Amino acid sequence: MMPLLKIDNLRIELTTRDGIAPVIDDLSLELGAGETLSFVGESGCGKSMTALGIMGLLPEKVGRIASGTVMFNGEDLAQASDARLREIRGNDISMIFQEPMTSLNPVFTIGEQIAEVLRRHQNLSNRAAWSKATELLDAVRIPNPKARVNDYPHQMSGGQRQRVMIAIALACEPKILIADEPTTALDVTVQAQIFDLLRDLGKQTGTATILITHDMGAVAEMAERMIVMYAGRKAEDGPVEQIIDHPRHPYTKGLISCVPHLMASLSDDRPELVEVSGIVPSLKSFGRDECLFASRCDRADDKCRSQRPPEMGFANNQNSACWHAGDV
Amino acid sequence: MSIEPIETARSPFAEAFEMFRKNHAAVAGLVLLFLIVLGGLLGPGIYPGDPFEMVWAPFTPPGEEGYLLGTDYLGRDLLSMLIYGARVSIAIGLAAAFLTVFIGITVGALAGFYGGLIEEILMRITEFFQVLPTLLFSMVIVALFGASLPMITLAIGLVSWPAVARITRSEFLRIRELEYVTAARACGVSNWKLMFKVILPNALPPIIVQAALMVGSAILFEAGLSFLGLTDPNIVSWGQIIGSNRPYILDASYTVTIPGVAIFLTVLAISLVGDGLNDALNPKLRQR
Amino acid sequence: MTIFLAILQRFFYAGVLLVAVLVLNFSMLHLAPGDIADTIAQASGGADADVMEQIRKDYGLDQPFLVQLGKYIGGVLFSFDLGYSFFYNQPVTTLIFEKLPATLLLVFTAQILALVVGVLLGVYSARNPKGIVSYLVTFIALFGYAAPVFWTGILLLIAFSLKIPLFPVAGMYDVTVEGGFFVQVLNVGRHLILPVLTLASIFLALYSRLCRASMMEVLGSDYVRTAKAKGLSEREVVLKHALKNSMSPVVTLAGLQFSAVVSGAVLVETVYSWPGLGTLALQSIIARDTPTILGILFFSALVVIVGNLLTDIVLRMIDPRVASKA
Repeated sequence: MMPLLKIDNLRIELTTRDGIAPVIDDLSLELGAGETLSFVGESGCGKSMTALGIMGLLPEKVGRIASGTVMFNGEDLAQASDARLREIRGNDISMIFQEPMTSLNPVFTIGEQIAEVLRRHQNLSNRAAWSKATELLDAVRIPNPKARVNDYPHQMSGGQRQRVMIAIALACEPKILIADEPTTALDVTVQAQIFDLLRDLGKQTGTATILITHDMGAVAEMAERMIVMYAGRKAEDGPVEQIIDHPRHPYTKGLISCVPHLMASLSDDRPELVEVSGIVPSLKSFGRDECLFASRCDRADDKCRSQRPPEMGFANNQNSACWHAGDV
Repeated sequence: MSIEPIETARSPFAEAFEMFRKNHAAVAGLVLLFLIVLGGLLGPGIYPGDPFEMVWAPFTPPGEEGYLLGTDYLGRDLLSMLIYGARVSIAIGLAAAFLTVFIGITVGALAGFYGGLIEEILMRITEFFQVLPTLLFSMVIVALFGASLPMITLAIGLVSWPAVARITRSEFLRIRELEYVTAARACGVSNWKLMFKVILPNALPPIIVQAALMVGSAILFEAGLSFLGLTDPNIVSWGQIIGSNRPYILDASYTVTIPGVAIFLTVLAISLVGDGLNDALNPKLRQR
Repeated sequence: MTIFLAILQRFFYAGVLLVAVLVLNFSMLHLAPGDIADTIAQASGGADADVMEQIRKDYGLDQPFLVQLGKYIGGVLFSFDLGYSFFYNQPVTTLIFEKLPATLLLVFTAQILALVVGVLLGVYSARNPKGIVSYLVTFIALFGYAAPVFWTGILLLIAFSLKIPLFPVAGMYDVTVEGGFFVQVLNVGRHLILPVLTLASIFLALYSRLCRASMMEVLGSDYVRTAKAKGLSEREVVLKHALKNSMSPVVTLAGLQFSAVVSGAVLVETVYSWPGLGTLALQSIIARDTPTILGILFFSALVVIVGNLLTDIVLRMIDPRVASKA
């Protein structure tokens, strides 16, 4: 079966003060209908850029897709016209963002902001769009939706605003929902609710989800497959459980060991918490022919510092871009 | 996006200076301003002449009879008048801006620091002054209390300070919540010191920009008053030259256009410098 | 209901402000050096001590200051009586109502023109920050701030009335023109163009620059990204989502500028001999016609306050957060 979304050798370049940097370097992935895929990595690893690249929303005049294909239902989005991308955005592929506090327009009612996308893509009348908006508010479990539909964003809490964002994103029952750090800005208790909501609604509408996060706990709960990104490159990908069970990349291993409950249940003796020391390299070095993780890796040798590692395949389609993948 | 390589730390002042130096328009404004001030200071030495003396026939066009900018309706040398006018404009501009900033900072700092009833009262007073039609009010002051330079300065300062007060207050409101102020407060630093030694220096950048622009506004204000004839008759000022020659624009439009150019260039230079300071001192813009 | 209450509160507050304006102005004029009776006497060609005494009595100048103040404020508040002008020999209210419409026309036309054109230029140049319109905005901003408004007026007058006689030199209408309502509107319109352009130039500079800056900031905001992610057209993103947000700082600034617009109007009226309050103000200040000066100060404060109220209402319509903050 043809995957819903198939990205091949995607390269996204950003123009910075120091020249052009590849924020996404040779990324390939597949997403099947209804599947949940997770993007994991620290900030600045290019997770969000991939999402914006798929949506055709890269910052104007700064970012562009330099090469590669983004095949959605047999159509290459990297080559699609602006008009075609606008038809797809919000309808076939939608996105929710990290900052619910600022992602809604403060001067329009939330009803209008939901109804708008329905009028745009579903050709609904204003009346029909508004009544659907009320239903959607109910679906995202906002109490008293009939009254709240006339509220402005500033009258709602962060969690409620993110629910509204989800209502907007799922209004047209898209094939793909991209959730970019949807809970990072929220309270821990609210985080779980939002994840539940995403999972339930995703199942109802048959929407495939790309979950971008640095929260390994959320990945374990939500996703079937995951991609670990590091410095614009894919470090490792494969089935979530298998990777958590046996990571094949030192970076993945580091990320997993940062989260205690993934490693052991409460009753067990807990291993000591570790952190991945060091920082993500600067954009300047993103294009280099070397393993970009080498500076933070205790296994790094001369080869790592002079040659970019190729992907090595393991069972069940687990891949790792590490020279030492075999013995990690 | 990424973490920039760590640069050797420079003082914010040096960084602002560097930003300003790279801004060609601002540097050009500064040079122009310098030349105008120099002209006003040294002009009478280089180009001696009494601005009140009738030197030749009225309305001698520029360049004729050796009078570079011609003569006005009373046959006075326009260049001499401009040079003396520069002194008045700059003196009043600086003095009025100083007064404006002084009142504005005092009111804004007290309101922003203490909050509560003090803030309420002071901001109501500020609003009250913002409702007064500035020019009309100062026209009345000058007409009633005497058209001397100090009175004109006072009249301008009295109606212009609300803008500075508002900026100072909002900066104080923002900064007083910051951790280092809380820390200083916890250390028992007195309110007075908190206001003027801890908060004010950090609130200064936007105030400095506003102060620079105030000099320009004050010059325009003085020009407006003297254009209307509400000025000391014993001094020459640019606005007054325009006002007194206005009836003759059909015969000698240069008597009006030239002093106007002088005002325009001076205020333009100040606003270029002000914009340059704004870009240099505003760290939010600096990142772009 | 809450909005109604808020506006009612604003009205009450505006009233308090106006009384404060009256008190300050009255005190200032009566505490100024010089004897008002003297000025009145001079206006009628000098007088001896007996006549002076009579004048003092007639104008109530022999009473204690606070009594005079109370009578004046009472007169204004309860019978809208601003006193009697000894210079023009007319009640001040009559005098002002004769001139007020001309000033209002000038002030509001200039404000609206500056706002509309300023926003158009600002939006367009924010979308094309390297384009020619953007440079035009920068140029207008520098010129509009630095050029003294009376000088701009004289330059326009020289260029478009004297050298190229496109527009009339002075006044508000041509009495020789006969015709119906529409003809008279055109008549006034022709006279209005240069004064309005002159006055609007200062504020156009402010608004276009601020609108460009705020539009650029808004275009980079998260909610504009959301709007794009919904698949809305460029037009909807800019003119619906971004514009309404970028308007509120511009409208706020416009509200703060009303006092400056009235000040500018005084100078523009002088340049174009526009028969408004400004011209009247200058004459009465020179004549030291205290009641008229007081009346003009009162009315121009009123214009500013009404302008502020209008701004406040517009701001509430644009941004719901304003209403909930108050």
